[in-house]
Amino acid sequence: MLAAVDWHVIWQRIFHPDHIFFRALYTTVYIAVIAQAMGVLLGLLAALMRSSKLWPLRFLSGVYVLIFRGTPLLVQIFFVYYGANLMLGFTLIPNSLNLGLFSLDGAIVAGILALGVNEGAYMREIIRAGIDSIESGQMEAAKSLGMRYGLAMRRIILPQAARVIVPPLGNEFNNMLKTTSLVFTIGVYEMFSDAEIHYSNTFQPVEFFLAVAFWYLVLTGIWSVIQAAIERRLAASEQGDRLTFRERLAGAWAPAGVFVRR
Amino acid sequence: MNDVVMEAVDVHKRFGRLEVLRGVSLNVAKGETVCIIGPSGSGKTTFIRCINHLEKIDAGRISVNGRLIGYREVNGKLREDTEASIARQRTQIGMVFQRFNLFPHKTALENVTEAPVHVLGVPENDARATARALLERVGLADKCDVYPGKLSGGQQQRVAIARALAMSPALMLFDEPTSALDPEVTGEVLSVMEELAHVGMTMIVVTHEMGFAKIAADRVVMMDEGVIIEEGTPEHFFEAPEHERTKQFLSKIL
Repeated sequence: MLAAVDWHVIWQRIFHPDHIFFRALYTTVYIAVIAQAMGVLLGLLAALMRSSKLWPLRFLSGVYVLIFRGTPLLVQIFFVYYGANLMLGFTLIPNSLNLGLFSLDGAIVAGILALGVNEGAYMREIIRAGIDSIESGQMEAAKSLGMRYGLAMRRIILPQAARVIVPPLGNEFNNMLKTTSLVFTIGVYEMFSDAEIHYSNTFQPVEFFLAVAFWYLVLTGIWSVIQAAIERRLAASEQGDRLTFRERLAGAWAPAGVFVRR
Repeated sequence: MNDVVMEAVDVHKRFGRLEVLRGVSLNVAKGETVCIIGPSGSGKTTFIRCINHLEKIDAGRISVNGRLIGYREVNGKLREDTEASIARQRTQIGMVFQRFNLFPHKTALENVTEAPVHVLGVPENDARATARALLERVGLADKCDVYPGKLSGGQQQRVAIARALAMSPALMLFDEPTSALDPEVTGEVLSVMEELAHVGMTMIVVTHEMGFAKIAADRVVMMDEGVIIEEGTPEHFFEAPEHERTKQFLSKIL
């Protein structure tokens, strides 16, 4: 049934998208970036809590992961958007959030919160694995030089753990770029909503969903180039090699999985 | 004994059921170099790790420069000290590890400046100048900008010594500093340590290098099964060890 596909529409959506689409793309990107950043911070906090001496902190960290990894993200999104205010008895999710330069719709706030908190549960495991991968001698050396726990973490352990954390973190962000499409269900106008609305107006699913898939591919493609460049730099700083510009460029442009990590 | 830098009194330490230290007492005077020898499992490494509180002790007390390490006395009972004050005490106790434990993401110079700058608050430029001088002193003036991964074991250990010295410690602890090294490079590390001993650094060295003990040590301490069984000058150990266990041990490593 190839003949039934309106290639012109696909062409249009890919090469001449309207400004509404670009707003939607922008929304997708900033939801993903903010939610991922939140996930990293929460994950770091939960990872540090997990190795705390105080059992309530360890317990809290465990419950956090149990709940947010053990229930569907879609349920969490709906819960935050429709249920959080009711349950808490105060306004966690406002109708709109004014941040001075721009304001965020309440649904976007809910979406970011749900995605970010969910992501934090996965990031905790990744960050924990990164920290655990550093030899205990590193912490001992730092301590014996008079460093306190926080300083040793910040200056000695985490920079080294970053090498282990960043590759899976990159994959998480790749996932996040795509998972943002779930927030269309609470009425956020992001890339997938844009496609969905065009589809329901025209009943041309192939055209619009194919086109939006292309755009997701563009985003994740750009990201994998950036990710490769970051990993390359981390590997270089660890090795102490000074890479030439050309090597760096070559490394950066190879698809993420292709180049061999030394 | 005048000017005691390190004083350990009846130190006990257990890991679960295993009692690793069963009452160790030792005084180290200012400028003195004390070598601790003994078979593996005798508790010598655990003992020096207790001196900068990398291990908590179960009984007894350890003090450096007259101040209790890791604990403070509250109504006659010992309580573990705060993290901040333990950290502050550690700044005056340098430690060199068997496995070097250099920071692999920092250059040799940065390894040495790290703690002075971020713990003591020494201005970056001053710290760098001091670090350069220290690296030169351990014979690595040309390796300032090299990462540990590119250095040999002996070079890494010398950077580790410079790193500890950068804090101007009152006491240096060496935990089998040459055990992880190739035989041909142990010499370069030992000669740095000898030089330190000669200029009057107070040092406690856990080692199997009897050659080093002979040249640099003021006193040798033999540990076995968690206690000190014999102690004396290097000559005493080489010529007339008293304890049967010591004779056995020395005959094996000499």
